[in-house]
Amino acid sequence: MSETATLKIWRGQTPDTGRYETYEVPFEHGQSVLDGLRWIRTHHDPSLAIRFSCINANACKECMIELDGKTIYACTARLQPTEMTLTPLSNKTLVRDLVTEIAPPPERFKSP
Amino acid sequence: MTVEPVRTETDVLIIGSGAAGMYAAIEAANTGARVLLADRSLIGRGGATVMAQMTVAVALGAETPDDWQHHYKDTLTAGRGLSNPALARLLCKEGPDCIRAMDEWGVGWARKDGHITQAMAPGHDRPRCVYVDFLNTGPAVSKTLRTKVNKTAGIHKAGDLQIVDLLKRDGKIVGAAALHLGTGKPVIISAKATIIATGGLTRLYRRNSASSNMGGDGYALALRAGASLVDMEFVQFFPIGHLAPRLIGMDPIMWDPFRYKLGGKLLNSNMEEFTQNYGVNEQGKYIITRDAASYAILKEVEAGRGTPHGGAYLSFQHVPEAALREAFGPVIDRLADNGIDLTKMPVEVAPIAHYHMGGIAVDADMQAGLPGLFAAGEAVGGANGANRLSGNAITEAFVFGRRAGRSAAALVKRTETNAAPADNERALIEMIGAPAPQRVLNTAAMVEKLQATMQNDVGALRDDAKLKRALATIDSMTADLGDVPQGDGQGFDMRRIDWLDLRNMLLVAKAVTLAALARTETRGAQHREDYPETSQDWACNQVIDWRGGDLAVTRKAVPTATDVAA
Repeated sequence: MSETATLKIWRGQTPDTGRYETYEVPFEHGQSVLDGLRWIRTHHDPSLAIRFSCINANACKECMIELDGKTIYACTARLQPTEMTLTPLSNKTLVRDLVTEIAPPPERFKSP
Repeated sequence: MTVEPVRTETDVLIIGSGAAGMYAAIEAANTGARVLLADRSLIGRGGATVMAQMTVAVALGAETPDDWQHHYKDTLTAGRGLSNPALARLLCKEGPDCIRAMDEWGVGWARKDGHITQAMAPGHDRPRCVYVDFLNTGPAVSKTLRTKVNKTAGIHKAGDLQIVDLLKRDGKIVGAAALHLGTGKPVIISAKATIIATGGLTRLYRRNSASSNMGGDGYALALRAGASLVDMEFVQFFPIGHLAPRLIGMDPIMWDPFRYKLGGKLLNSNMEEFTQNYGVNEQGKYIITRDAASYAILKEVEAGRGTPHGGAYLSFQHVPEAALREAFGPVIDRLADNGIDLTKMPVEVAPIAHYHMGGIAVDADMQAGLPGLFAAGEAVGGANGANRLSGNAITEAFVFGRRAGRSAAALVKRTETNAAPADNERALIEMIGAPAPQRVLNTAAMVEKLQATMQNDVGALRDDAKLKRALATIDSMTADLGDVPQGDGQGFDMRRIDWLDLRNMLLVAKAVTLAALARTETRGAQHREDYPETSQDWACNQVIDWRGGDLAVTRKAVPTATDVAA
């Protein structure tokens, strides 16, 4: 049987009303955590919220989340054929699921 | 229930914060205009600029004597007769100025013996390309411009703003309607001038070299507002994009500098060199042009001699370890982290979408055909004709950004404030804030389906049957997408973001496909297997407009050099 990664992902729109959802993702050696998250969006639930734009190059710096409590870039952290717990950055304001408010305040849209 | 938008106003709205958008913002603000620099992601980190690795073409004459007219000649030659001479001329003539400004702002162009180093690149008649070591041109350019933007008074920044459509009143562009990703709220931005600097369309393709926020947004905004697009069929493919094994933390176009420095061998699945069968005998040197390499690789795959992931092998196994390390030091360690030892194994490579020559039709002041609308950078069509000369992409971002910023600021000075609502404002507010529809689509899977269609059927090798099949898929997907956005419309709603992206991507995909189908010849980046020759009858541009609810493609003579004022 082919190996799978088990991604336990925190989901929700406010810190108090969130829950964990668990997904089995086919594991291929060398893949990133972001590869796994993108696979979930395409195959299970397109509403799973995650920020990313460069996908691969670690240039945009948008995909910061926590893996087992440590801050990582989802595009450079390796997927593992075990259980991995993914949560939004704990020191930033939550937006939804794995998305937090990461832009410095002067770069955020402010209504007048 | 009526949805109420958030409202804001500015003099100049700039959509997109890559090099072109940031340069435009600096120039417009320094000319006295108030600027809102909007981006759907973080400011100054997305798009194509930050991904650029090597070269920026400019006639500085620092290495050997040069003049912008030599650069201009090479640009027109690469464009295979379709370049807009006014735009190509502007790019080449004002390039040196912008490169020197970037130098003053501390970008750190590589230097030797006290002068800026200029490297030779394919298609140039002399060493002309400046860069930042090591493979750091894009990040250095982005960082320098971000710092300059932060120091310039009058620029407001707004990340997480996805522009949905331009606002129009009495035939003029008067700002834009946006979705604020953080809150899900509609935003109405009133502006006296609007600059589209959203880059190209490489996200339409499954294999691509740019950020996932480059889905042709700006082209779709321009089309729906009534502006014209030009040369949409010309998508540049980079032949040796990384394919396998999975390589993370690195840009997929990284093998180009390896080939420049070390040669390397392209092999098929029988581990045989094959480019000599397509007229190019490399003998370990990197001499094959991009279009010829893409063709040879795709033909080998078609003949059943492709690699397991559907490309070719690129091997440096004949290069001694010491030579590899000398050329790329720390990069060799990053490859080792990915389980890649170049002395023991080849890697798999394949053509990937890299740049788009076509775009919004503008004049030499970067004005699109609608009052109040400008474009800058890769979003502009015409400067590079049917094929872009290497190194011209960052140069055009600077030069066109600067010119657009200046033109927009000049328009602001002669425009009165008008608080009347735009004609299409209410409809857009209702659409952006619409309640979730009953029908639920897998929007993420639809994006992948469109990317596969474009890769397979509107890619580097085209023919009538493939293009018609793609059109049918695009039309059926467009019908499926419907008129009501997916998702609940709250904060960071991925379904709504995908839906709005698909609305743009499908329209732009159709524009590319229709233009490719109409052009029954092979020229530059358009390779038609059923029309393998270049035809004198097709020495013209194709213009695309949104007319009566559909796209119209018309032929137009290439502007002549005599149209170009000094």
